[in-house]
Amino acid sequence: MTIQVILPAHLRTLAGVSGDVGLALTGPATIAAVLDALEARYPVLRGTVRDQVTGQRRPFVRFYACEEDLSLEPAETPLPDAVIAGQEPFWIVGAIAGGT
Amino acid sequence: MSQVRVLVGTHKGAFLLTADGKREQWTVNGPFFAGWEIYHLKGSPADPNRIYASQTSGWFGQIIQRSDDGGRNWTPVGNKFAYEGATGTHKWYDDTPHPWEFKRVWHLEPSPDDPDIVYAGVEDAALFRTADGGQSWQELPALRNHGTAAGWHPGAGGLGLHTILLDPVHAGRIYIAISAAGAFRSDDAGQSWRPINRGLHSTYLPDPDAEVGHCVHRIALHRSRPDVLYMQKHWDVLRSDNGGEQWREVSGNLPTDFGFVIDVHAHEPETIYVVPIKSDSEHFPLDGQLRVYRSRSGGDAWEALTQGLPQRNCYVNVLRDAMAVDTLDDCGIYFGTTGGQVYVSPDGGDHWRTIAHDLPAVLSVEVQTLP
Repeated sequence: MTIQVILPAHLRTLAGVSGDVGLALTGPATIAAVLDALEARYPVLRGTVRDQVTGQRRPFVRFYACEEDLSLEPAETPLPDAVIAGQEPFWIVGAIAGGT
Repeated sequence: MSQVRVLVGTHKGAFLLTADGKREQWTVNGPFFAGWEIYHLKGSPADPNRIYASQTSGWFGQIIQRSDDGGRNWTPVGNKFAYEGATGTHKWYDDTPHPWEFKRVWHLEPSPDDPDIVYAGVEDAALFRTADGGQSWQELPALRNHGTAAGWHPGAGGLGLHTILLDPVHAGRIYIAISAAGAFRSDDAGQSWRPINRGLHSTYLPDPDAEVGHCVHRIALHRSRPDVLYMQKHWDVLRSDNGGEQWREVSGNLPTDFGFVIDVHAHEPETIYVVPIKSDSEHFPLDGQLRVYRSRSGGDAWEALTQGLPQRNCYVNVLRDAMAVDTLDDCGIYFGTTGGQVYVSPDGGDHWRTIAHDLPAVLSVEVQTLP
């Protein structure tokens, strides 16, 4: 199966991609599997979505799919069926968090 | 004819400013890494085309960029900064224990001899080193494991290791400074450390003469006399004539001795520069006048340098890594402001001109003198 992932602008620039990213998964389609595949395809993104030492999601990064916020779900949570079917993307979002 | 390349890290990207040795006509390139905080860029003395940059974001963490062609092209290299062993705790602002957490790289210091060796000063305070051009980073853990570390407090900007001086004469000697732990020295290439804060007096500490806890903002030395150190502390400008064993205040006639930057003339080891800032509660110049102060006697006696700098309604700050000197004759002095201006004096501080007016807030300035 191929999961469509939408990255925030800064990570698209860093990875050198201009649009959605299609990631082929062979095992269970979970949040962790998507992130593993993303980092394997684009090693430059290691540490930008989740901490390299702890594996924890970075605090100002969120995961959305099918109009649901999956950010606080365990990493082994299966992706929604519509995402697995390629009908909906998996969003990695830079939180709106003020800033200067 | 010689050239200079000024490496400017800002709140929203990096800029490279170049000119010939006259330092009159400038070309501005950038932004590189647009939208990211660039805490620091620095070129390798062993290979000036090798430049390292600390690219960081509150959202997406730390990236280290490397250029092998003088800043035209950049490649992300290793960004895994893992503390070695048990991390323990330092003090939080409210005095409670707080776990050591990596946040960002404040300062990159390339080796003078090997372009692949670089030291990185990070927040929460620790010293890292790469020997493979930034692909991998290893902590030198003795500093963070120092017996005083559990009592270190962050400064207002965090517990950042912001100054790294590699002694050009004494092999293995490294000076570092941490806000707000103070200054430390290693004589064995980072395998062991000791505080060098004797003579510092900080009235914001319960014990103003404590061994650690001083908010050192910057240390500088001249390559020809590395035992002489100059320090801009939170308040007070100081010097040491014995490698930090003892410090004495040399604020002299400065109108205020609060500030962040301090640097040394490239050819005159007793000529030093600071930018006095009004106070720790008002981070802008006194009386709205941006003045660099120069001492030709290694401190105590200071003169204001104002030619070409705004002398009314100026309320910017000059941050700790935002001053540098080139090695041309006359020595050029450079600094950047939180208002996005970068200034140069091509004659040792007598006259100033603006290289760039409207960059994002400047976090760091370094300069390379090129053949």
